[in-house]
Amino acid sequence: MLAQSVGLLDIIVVLAYLLLVMYLGVVGYLRTKSATDYLIAGRQTHPFVMAMSYGATFISTSAIVGFGGVAGLFGMSVLWLTVSNIFVGIFIAFVFLAPRARRMGHHLDAHTFPELLARRYESRFIQIFAGAIIFLFIPLYAAAVLIGGSVFVAASFGISYETALLVFSVIIAAYVVVGGLKGVMYSDALQGSIMFVGMFALLIFCYVKLGGITEAHEKLTALAPLVPGKLQAIGHRGWTAMPAFGWGDVKYNLWWMVISTITLGVGIGVLAQPQLVVRFMTVRSKRELNRATLIGGVFIIVMTGVAFTVGALSNAYFADHGAELSGRVVKTLDENKGLAVLQIMKPDEQGVWRDVPEKTAPVKLSGNGGSQPGADGQTVAIQKGRSISIVYAGGSADEVIPAYITSAMPKWFGLLFLLTLLSAAMSTLSSQFHTVGTSIGRDVYEQVTGQHGSSANITRVGIIIGIVYAVVISFYARQSTFIARATAVFFGLCASAFLPAFLGGLYWKRMTRAGAIWSMFVGFLVTTLWLVFIKDKEASTIGLCSKLFGKTSLLLDKPNWSEVDPLIIALPISILVAVIVSLITPPPSREHIKKCFE
Amino acid sequence: MLGIEDKGVVAAYLLCIFSAGLCVIYGLLNWNRGDE
Repeated sequence: MLAQSVGLLDIIVVLAYLLLVMYLGVVGYLRTKSATDYLIAGRQTHPFVMAMSYGATFISTSAIVGFGGVAGLFGMSVLWLTVSNIFVGIFIAFVFLAPRARRMGHHLDAHTFPELLARRYESRFIQIFAGAIIFLFIPLYAAAVLIGGSVFVAASFGISYETALLVFSVIIAAYVVVGGLKGVMYSDALQGSIMFVGMFALLIFCYVKLGGITEAHEKLTALAPLVPGKLQAIGHRGWTAMPAFGWGDVKYNLWWMVISTITLGVGIGVLAQPQLVVRFMTVRSKRELNRATLIGGVFIIVMTGVAFTVGALSNAYFADHGAELSGRVVKTLDENKGLAVLQIMKPDEQGVWRDVPEKTAPVKLSGNGGSQPGADGQTVAIQKGRSISIVYAGGSADEVIPAYITSAMPKWFGLLFLLTLLSAAMSTLSSQFHTVGTSIGRDVYEQVTGQHGSSANITRVGIIIGIVYAVVISFYARQSTFIARATAVFFGLCASAFLPAFLGGLYWKRMTRAGAIWSMFVGFLVTTLWLVFIKDKEASTIGLCSKLFGKTSLLLDKPNWSEVDPLIIALPISILVAVIVSLITPPPSREHIKKCFE
Repeated sequence: MLGIEDKGVVAAYLLCIFSAGLCVIYGLLNWNRGDE
């Protein structure tokens, strides 16, 4: 898509950026003197580095391109995810969870998220079980980010997807394996800064192009009749309106998709992300966390707030400035506003205008093409019009943001945005791979074999295994919807399996080992069963439900159920199990609780 | 408000700004606290 816009200067700038990232990886290596340095950055991280690393790890190409494209399709209702990203993902996490996680992590000398849980509950099983879940499922999330980054790099530089995937993976592997968490966090801080500048500039450009904030929103509101019929049927009421809310009818499906899967699934899931929780343990004191709260809040609103706002407003831009489409009006949507549905037509070699098969587009009429010769000797009144962003993105939500950048932004911004997306992908991937490595090395291998003392080296091997695993998934799972769905699945799974044990461990002294184990097991089981048998899109991809019962979801004939995210069901059950089992089992010893909390 | 009429979307907009503001105020008020 951007292949024509990448020149020699762009390649030089990208190479300089990659060299800078590699240099920071080497700096991380030189400052790594122990396993504690390699695994949790020596517990001495600067608050700016910690906050930017947390934010840049949190925000990947999934958020900017994947969910930005979803906002282009569904509108500004997706901003509820930004609310949960900031309020839950930053404020609640940094003010209520991070100080206790840091303190307990220090007391128990935990180096990974599973190790923190295992030492709080004195259970080797928890460390192995949590490590195994992370090893099996983080590569799925990593593959989603890898696909987003590789597709973009391949399109930008005119190379094949497979080549982009391998080059991307090797570069990230190099600085993660060498630099450990210090190298990862230093490069995250650089990448987060680039992302901040890129997204802030995007917001300014977007509103200026549309004539200001109020005018831009009014233009977008006026386009509501252009919402495609399929989206109207599931409750879409325009790009500046919430979807229809209710239960028991397919016209409420979009509300449940936006609120349960996107807002709650991703928004709450962030609290129990292993690669994010470990960052709480990298700082020296609560003061660093207080300072990081300020930086994190500003960073996230400029990341997802901008991506979702621009994604939605791209519709107003294309309706005013997109390439003109020609055809005959088949349906008038709003005569006063000049909104209609066009049957797209093109002249053939003889100058006869013919329908493009099965191609209609909702448009804002922009001009009259006059009477033209049509098929079977008739004349046809040709109208010209501009459509909405999903039409210019070729029907793929993942292409909305790249299509907007290519069409609306000056050429130099294309380079800045390329660096922004590279940074978003690399900062998230490096942390995912580091977490996979520690889960294999520290949490599974060391606990199973009992061989301690070589964490860093086994982690390095684990990182390489994790990267190979993610690359293999990326080769075989390349549907356009995979990015946002895989992200939501991983976030939801982490919340259901880990959140009750994590929160209970930090705040409830009566929480027992059995309560933690059963809540993790039940949360994981219910999430898996819901994904395999109920949630329509995931269940149809997995295919087991179809084989056993002949339909893609057991609740397919019950409206809305197949759109409900597993987190909505699994998390309450997991919390209930944690409380009940803890109350009927003996409490942990006073001595141990004192070690953990005091 | 600002060209948006739907209360749900206006609420999301305001809560985004409120949440980010909360993070900034908390960070400033506690900038030098918690050095233990």
